[in-house]
Amino acid sequence: MRELFGKVTGTPDGAQPDSELERLRAEVAEWRRMYGAGATRSIAFSNSAKEVEPLYTALDVAPTTADDLGVPGVYPYTRGIHPTGYRGKLWTMRQFAGFGSAHDTNERFKFLLAHGQTGLSTAFDFPTLMGYDSDHPRSEGEVGKTGVAISSLADMEVLFDGIPLDEVSTSMTINGPAPILWAFYIAAAEKQGVSSDKLQGTIQNDILKEYMAQHAWCFPIEPALRLIVDCFEWGATHAPRWNTVSISGYHIREAGATAAQELAFTLADGFTYVERGIARGLDVDDFAPRLSFFWDIHNDFFEEIAKLRAARRIWARHLKERYGAKKAKSLLMRFHSQTAGVTLTAQQPMNNVVRVAYQALAAVLGGTQSLHTNSMDETLALPTEAAVQVALRTQQVLAYETGVPNVMDPLGGSYYVEALTDQLERDAEALFAEIHEVGGVVAGLEQGWFQRKIHESAARQQWEIEQHRRVIVGVNEFVTEEEALDIPILKIGEQVDREQRARLAKVRAERDNALCSGRLEKLRQAARGTENTFPHILDCARAYCTLFEIRRALEDVFGAYREPVFF
Amino acid sequence: MRPIRVLVAKPGLDGHDRGAKVVAAALRDAGMEVIYTGLHQTPEMIATAAIQEDVDVVGLSILSGAHMTLFPRVLELLRAQGREDILITGGGIIPKEDMDALHAMGTGRLFGPGTPTSELIEYIKEWFAEQSHQEA
Repeated sequence: MRELFGKVTGTPDGAQPDSELERLRAEVAEWRRMYGAGATRSIAFSNSAKEVEPLYTALDVAPTTADDLGVPGVYPYTRGIHPTGYRGKLWTMRQFAGFGSAHDTNERFKFLLAHGQTGLSTAFDFPTLMGYDSDHPRSEGEVGKTGVAISSLADMEVLFDGIPLDEVSTSMTINGPAPILWAFYIAAAEKQGVSSDKLQGTIQNDILKEYMAQHAWCFPIEPALRLIVDCFEWGATHAPRWNTVSISGYHIREAGATAAQELAFTLADGFTYVERGIARGLDVDDFAPRLSFFWDIHNDFFEEIAKLRAARRIWARHLKERYGAKKAKSLLMRFHSQTAGVTLTAQQPMNNVVRVAYQALAAVLGGTQSLHTNSMDETLALPTEAAVQVALRTQQVLAYETGVPNVMDPLGGSYYVEALTDQLERDAEALFAEIHEVGGVVAGLEQGWFQRKIHESAARQQWEIEQHRRVIVGVNEFVTEEEALDIPILKIGEQVDREQRARLAKVRAERDNALCSGRLEKLRQAARGTENTFPHILDCARAYCTLFEIRRALEDVFGAYREPVFF
Repeated sequence: MRPIRVLVAKPGLDGHDRGAKVVAAALRDAGMEVIYTGLHQTPEMIATAAIQEDVDVVGLSILSGAHMTLFPRVLELLRAQGREDILITGGGIIPKEDMDALHAMGTGRLFGPGTPTSELIEYIKEWFAEQSHQEA
């Protein structure tokens, strides 16, 4: 009897295992001969990085894989982090939303909750992402355009008006000024009578990938890392249910990385945060359970599933073996996934519904804890309510009609998926060695090493598309002439800007300005020394100091980041 | 004929530079002299760089929705310096009606997602040939 993965045992009638393996080798050799004699289409049969074999058998899977594979809920968690999988709890359907004013986004949140969404996810506009108030000169023309504008606690109060913060979990995509926005949220919850220990949610707070790919930064790398560890430290005691970082591959992939690069660069960022936490003197088991992840789910279906399985295994192994974590919870990679915005096309946008559905299926087969499905119209503008509803319904159909969530890791044991999982793990380890060679993540960023790698992958993908080596339906093949665009476009008007300026003026007029300056000065003092800055940021937020005032106080001490430019 | 000089710029707070860098590299590979500004540039910084670097073309990449503020501002600043001769082109997430409006204000062609780089190279080369022809 032949078992999976090249591990061969005796059969009941006593046949020798070696002969079974020999027979398989002979069968595969025969198939290879027939395959070589057949005709194949003249395209590159490759995933995001390299060609794949036409067939996988037990010969392609390491004999140790069967032993390493285990079951869900047990180390190394390749097959999932929970013993009950989606039978215990479905993934959280968490649509990223945010546009216009706090009031506009509050209404969109309520719409999504009313339609069965189970968690909130906040998109901020560019000024907020960069730490500028809506009335700052650099914010002109950008207020409320790509997300909601939040300049102070007053805006945050409006954003979550009528939404009980002890009942929902909220994710906030914010990085450079993440501690400041988190402080606004905590202060808004206090106004509702909810203390920080009851809050559930996530701040992205992953600054390393900002320097790598997404580019919404405020401070130089070292002080930015210190702020993140300040959040770990404060959160461990005061907000034990809050994820103080969401280590994100999403933006790295969107910027052009391959699946293996996304996997390796993101995990390397994660290891860096762990090392910084340990260097602060924190016990890894006190903060590692609150580290969460965020992956991009791209087009190559099996590669994406394998990437998620490999990610869980690598994280668990490194936390246990390299960083000495003892608690099982420290080893669990919990993650959010989002379908890949970069795969959506402006041409024939209805096709995007189909792309998103396949990507969502891959995320669920990979065992995601929460999921955002993109809307079909996002290459044109912000999504309309109708498009968002289709995207959410895509997840609901998957959850309730397909039967997919009934069985845990249903592709576990597939020769192809196991071989690809092993391959991605090896690729990631090879990239870790390269990162080590350049001196680690921070040195690699300063030298532009990561940025160059990502750019090279992006340029190669563009070349493949233009050479027709990679087909994008409706873009370089199956092109329709004269497409009639009948998707309504959501536009953000200038009234948002006016509304924001008015509320900021009111905040500045009504608050205790002496209290604000005093608290900002205390924050500067803390930043100059080694004290944890977060309690001071929170005090500033409570006093209605604005986003930019708090950013500037920190910048007075830390300075600003200068990007190394190259292409 | 001398090489075409192009400034590829990322105005505003938008950090999405994948497209800008891919375009900059493609234009360079097509024989143009390309200067890339880096991120988070103000219109003033872009106009100054365009004049100082004596470029023929400015390509703006905007995915932030702020195109109706940033394109006209760069146009205005270059006009104020008497540099209507510089072609302002670019691309990003820009709805068709906004592209039309910007074109009416005086920008060149604007390109949306999925455009092959060969199309912009051809456009810039044709524009440049026409300019040189008019000057001669």
